[in-house]
This record gives sequence, C-alpha cells and structure tokens, in this order.
Amino acid sequence: MDPRQEEETNALLAPVERWSPRFLVFVGLLAAVVAWGAYAYNVQLQQGLVVTGMRDTVSWGLYISNFVFFIGISHVGALMSAILRLTKAEWRRPVTRMAEAITVCSLFVGASMPIIDLGRPDRLLNVLVYGRVQSAILWDFLSISTYLVGSLLFFYLFLIPDLAILRERLTSIGRFRRWLYRKLSIGWTGAPDQRRRLERSIGILTILILPIAISVHTVVSWIFAMTLRVGWNSTIFGPYFVAGALFSGVASVLMAMALFTHFYKLDRWIKPVHFRNLAYLLLLLDIVYIYFTLNEYLTVSYKSEGAEASLLGSLYGGSFAGLFWTIQIAGLIVPAFLLAFRRTRTTLGIVVAATLVNATMWLKRYLIVVSTLATPQMPTGWGSYWPTWVEWSITAAAFAGFVLLFALVSRLVPIVSIWETQEAREPLKGTAKEIPAGEVST
Amino acid sequence: MVEPKKAGMERRQFLSLAAKGGGIAALGVLGGKIFIERLAGVPEDARVTASGGPRAWVMVIDLDRCDGCGVCTAACRTEHNVPDGQEWIKVYKVSDPDGTSYFLPRPCMHCENAPCVAVCPVGATYVRTDGLVLVDHNRCIGCRYCMAACPYNARSFNWDGPAELTPEEQVIYSPEYPVVHRRGTVEKCVFCAHRADKGELPACVQACPMKAIFFGDAREDAVANGREVWRLSQVLKERGGFRFKEELGTKPRVFYLPPEGS
Repeated sequence: MDPRQEEETNALLAPVERWSPRFLVFVGLLAAVVAWGAYAYNVQLQQGLVVTGMRDTVSWGLYISNFVFFIGISHVGALMSAILRLTKAEWRRPVTRMAEAITVCSLFVGASMPIIDLGRPDRLLNVLVYGRVQSAILWDFLSISTYLVGSLLFFYLFLIPDLAILRERLTSIGRFRRWLYRKLSIGWTGAPDQRRRLERSIGILTILILPIAISVHTVVSWIFAMTLRVGWNSTIFGPYFVAGALFSGVASVLMAMALFTHFYKLDRWIKPVHFRNLAYLLLLLDIVYIYFTLNEYLTVSYKSEGAEASLLGSLYGGSFAGLFWTIQIAGLIVPAFLLAFRRTRTTLGIVVAATLVNATMWLKRYLIVVSTLATPQMPTGWGSYWPTWVEWSITAAAFAGFVLLFALVSRLVPIVSIWETQEAREPLKGTAKEIPAGEVST
Repeated sequence: MVEPKKAGMERRQFLSLAAKGGGIAALGVLGGKIFIERLAGVPEDARVTASGGPRAWVMVIDLDRCDGCGVCTAACRTEHNVPDGQEWIKVYKVSDPDGTSYFLPRPCMHCENAPCVAVCPVGATYVRTDGLVLVDHNRCIGCRYCMAACPYNARSFNWDGPAELTPEEQVIYSPEYPVVHRRGTVEKCVFCAHRADKGELPACVQACPMKAIFFGDAREDAVANGREVWRLSQVLKERGGFRFKEELGTKPRVFYLPPEGS
C-alpha cells in the first residue's frame, strides 16, 4: 500500500477506532429522546390509542405520516448504489455507504411506525397467521420486509472488504467488536476469486434491488389509492410516491453528507462536486415532483367534482391552505431556484435546499394522510385532528432513533467506503470520462 | 344479488351457482334430513329461506317517515351496550340546496362489494352467506384500514376501554352479538345478526316510533317493520328507492325511499 493510501485509510478508520467523549454525549442525548418516546408508547399501550389525537373521523395521523416519510427516504440507498452504479457514475463512490446506511436505518424506523399505530400490537402475528393477499397492508408487509432483507444484504456485501480492513487494523478496540469484525468479514482476504464472487453477487443484487425498491413505495401509495377516498383515489399515486421518496431520499443524503463532512473531516473525499452532482439530481427530482403535483391537482381541479372540490377548496384556501402552500413554495419552488442558479448552488445553498425539501416532504405526507380523512364523506362538518404529546414524543423518538442508528453505524464501520474509493484510484479500465472520486478538482 | 335479476349471468354468479349446485348434490343426504325434520315439526331455522337457501338480508329506510328522533340510535345502544361516543346507526340531518331538509339514518350498509372486507389484512371483517358484514374482535389487529376505506363512516374504533374480556364476557361474545367491547378493535352495526338468526327484527326497526325502518330478505322480496309487510321490488320501483353513493359500486344492502316532495 502506498503511503498516501495508508494515510487515507487511517483517516477513515479514525472515527471507528476511537469514540470521542463528544460522540458519547451525543449518543446519550439521542438515547434519552428515544427512551422518552418509549415511555410515551408505554402510556399508549396502557391506556389505548385514546391518548392520541386520532378519532373515528381522522383515524390515522402522525404515525402513518412518519411511516410514509421514513419508508420514502429509504429509497435513496437503492437509487445511489444501484442506479449510479449501473450508470457507472464514478463520483458516487464516497457517498454510497451513507446512502445505504440511510436505507437500513430508515427502514427499521419506518417499519415500526404502523406497528405503533396498531390498536392491538399484541396480535401483530395475525398478519402472518391470517394474512389475506387481497389487502394492500399485506402487500406492504411483504414488500417492506423483502426490501429490508435486500438492503441489509446490499449494505453488508459492500461492507465485507472494509470489515476485513477493520479486522486487520483495529487491534486496540474491545473484544466484542474484534469478534464482530472477525465473524462478519467471513475470511475476506481480497483474493481474486473472492473479488470475482463479490462482484457477481453485487451485480445480481444491484439489478434485483431496483424493482423491489420501486415496489415498496408503490404499494405504500396503494394503501391510500386502493380506497374510494377523495384525494387518495388517484391513478398516479404509485409513481408520485416513488418520485417523492427519491426526492426526500436524495435530500437526506445531502444533509448527511454535510453533517459528516463537518464532524468527521471528510472533505478530502466528499467535495463540492459531490454536493453539486447530487444537487443536479435533487433539482431533476424536484422538477419531476412538480410535474406530478401539477398532474394530480390540475386534472382534479379542472373537473372539480363534488367531494373533490371541497377537499381542494380546503387545500387552496381553507384550513389546510397554510400547509399546502408552504409545501409548494418552500418545498418545491424555492429549492428549485436555489439549485438552478450557480450563485446559490453553493454547498450551503444546496444544504439549505435539501433541508427545506425534507421538512416539507414530511409535511406533505401529513397533509396527504390527514386532509383526506378530515374531508366529510357524510353530511357532517370537517373532521379535526391535532396530535397529542404522546404522538409528538414518539415522532421525536423516531427521528432521534434514526439519527442514533445512523451515528452508531458510522462508528462501527467507515462511513466512506475504503475499498470502493481506493478501487477508483486503480488504473482506469473505463472511458476517459470516468472521474476517480479522490482526484476531482474543485 | 340484492339487485333485481338481470338478464344473463355474471361470471361470479355463475361460479357461485355452480358451487352451490355441487354443494346441494353433495349435501343431498343432509337435505333429506332437514326435510324429515320439517315434517316432524322441528322449528324452522330463520337463517335459511323456506326452500333452505341462504337469506339475503336488506334494510329499507323510508326517509319520508323519519323525523330524526334518534330512538333507533338509543335502542341500538341498549341492545348492544354500544360504547360511549359511538353511534352504530347515526341520524344525519341533510339540508338540500333548495332549503328543504330531511333526516338520513345510517346503519352499516353491509355492502355486497364491501371495501372494508377487501382491505382487512387479517380477515377479521368478513361477509356471511346471508350478506351480513361482521367483525371478529378476537382477530382484529386495530389497523383501522377498514375505517379509512369505508365511504359511509359506518365504523367506530374502541379508542379506550378494557383490553381483554373476562372469561364470562368471552362466553357471551360472538361477532354476531358484540355486546361486550374491547380496546383496540373496530366496531359497527351488525344488522342485529343475533336477532335475524332467530327470525326477529333488528332493535332499531322494532324501536322506530315512525315505523320508518324495514328489514327483510331480498330473496323472498319482502321487508317488514313490525306492522307492515312490503314487497321490496315493488316499493323500490314505486317510491324511487335508491342506495347511498350508488356510483361507488359498493352495492349497499340498505335502500332509501326518498322524502315525498323532494
């Protein structure tokens, strides 16, 4: 290994090798929020869902919104690792690990949300025992669990060579982690036939993961689209949700990149070019999302059929107008401008846009769930919903739990893939256009 | 199959008929036994028609008679010990744009093409042969997808209350007779299945002081309110009977007769 490679490897291993006191305090704070959420959930288990703001009219709320949000951002792993890999976008190398980690962490958090929403979580296994394939909930159950296994496998395959490095290099760590790295690296030595087998497995999984990922958010949207409800009864919900998932997923990776670059001193790997390339991707997805939004609302508004018209009225100028226009302006229009112009397309501008996108995409999911349920189906007034402290606490715990999982992953394995970034520096076999990640001038 | 018979046969109907035909052949012995029991004076089973076929329970609500008094809701509450905050038959006041208003009692519609039954992930909500849509509270996981799917807001959720039944309550409980309730499960009108099985009218029908609610069997083409018996097909035709949100294709088993003068 040349001295430069050696030095880079050590730099990437540093956060894994030594857990700083500051990190432990951070973990402690996050764990406290999660513990508070667990306390709130216990209150809900003891007293029932009466402790939430949900009632018979608006019977789903924050939990289901969180579910759609977290499952949404989980799509970025498949996008970054599979699509960018298939299209041979070499610049992807330092950021794919982050994207895959986001996928795994958000899937765990997202999948727990509908379980927390259940009136009888003690009967969860009924879904397996009595499961009916006619129900979209079963489709979700199947596709999300498949995606979870697939993403864990995907995350793990890319990890094996790095686990071997961890096994060889980290000697001053505790016995448990030494055992963990030894077991998980399954005897990887980097021999040619091992590499060939790894490449093949990755190649197969890259193709497999894409339809699974698309199916996941499609069937999440179908939970809503399979009903006769205004606002949900839409034929474009599948692609609309997939686009939204990728949109908020890319925004999440950008936010993670900014945080890790700052705290782990990764600017040697993650450079303005990565922010810029992902900013282009975010802009593209923003435009796609605007296109879908226009399709959804223009077609329905133009006809303004009875019940649809009353929902649209509340979105455009009624009780949901504040939320609706915040999402359109702060979540779609402003980011589009920030990302489109060179003067604002700085790393700071990009991160601001990504934060706006993520915040408003959460609001968007809330709006989709709540506004439709609040729309009267019978000759009555509008349903009302305001989440209680229990729901806010569990939501805070969901976000804290996601960050906690992500932070722990970044301290157990290098958050920038060592072998993938070094592989890029080996003599280029591809076209001259391929830009090795570490060599990009900025 | 509540609708008046159409010419030609849908595939589903054909299959179901074929299945029933096979069933009848296979159960010939059993049929003979029932026939002998009838001759011997064994009490008739209200769950089957005179010819031994399944019932097709329907309700007819005469909006011209309903004065919105809410006695049906109260009778239902007593009959099923309905939890506070729930109204299994809810009376809505409807104001038409022309200034007239009328009352619309809404029980569960027991749809033939029930969205709630389709979406239930565990089969806790199901349709009986006689068309009644019931909920098995021993199986319901409380996901509330059925509530999101129901176009008539006919379903309620037990947001609080005891989580488990006592052993005594468990003996009383059946999906046909949900008089004991537990937290985290979904409830609704069951067309008084326990009464229908005995050949009695639902509690709301019996209680209605205006005699506005009729109950009966579409196969026998008859509905009754405890005082009058009407030919279903005839009254629907003469009075312009309609089903709520017919355009959704849910095929409710509740028919409304419009208020006169509207």
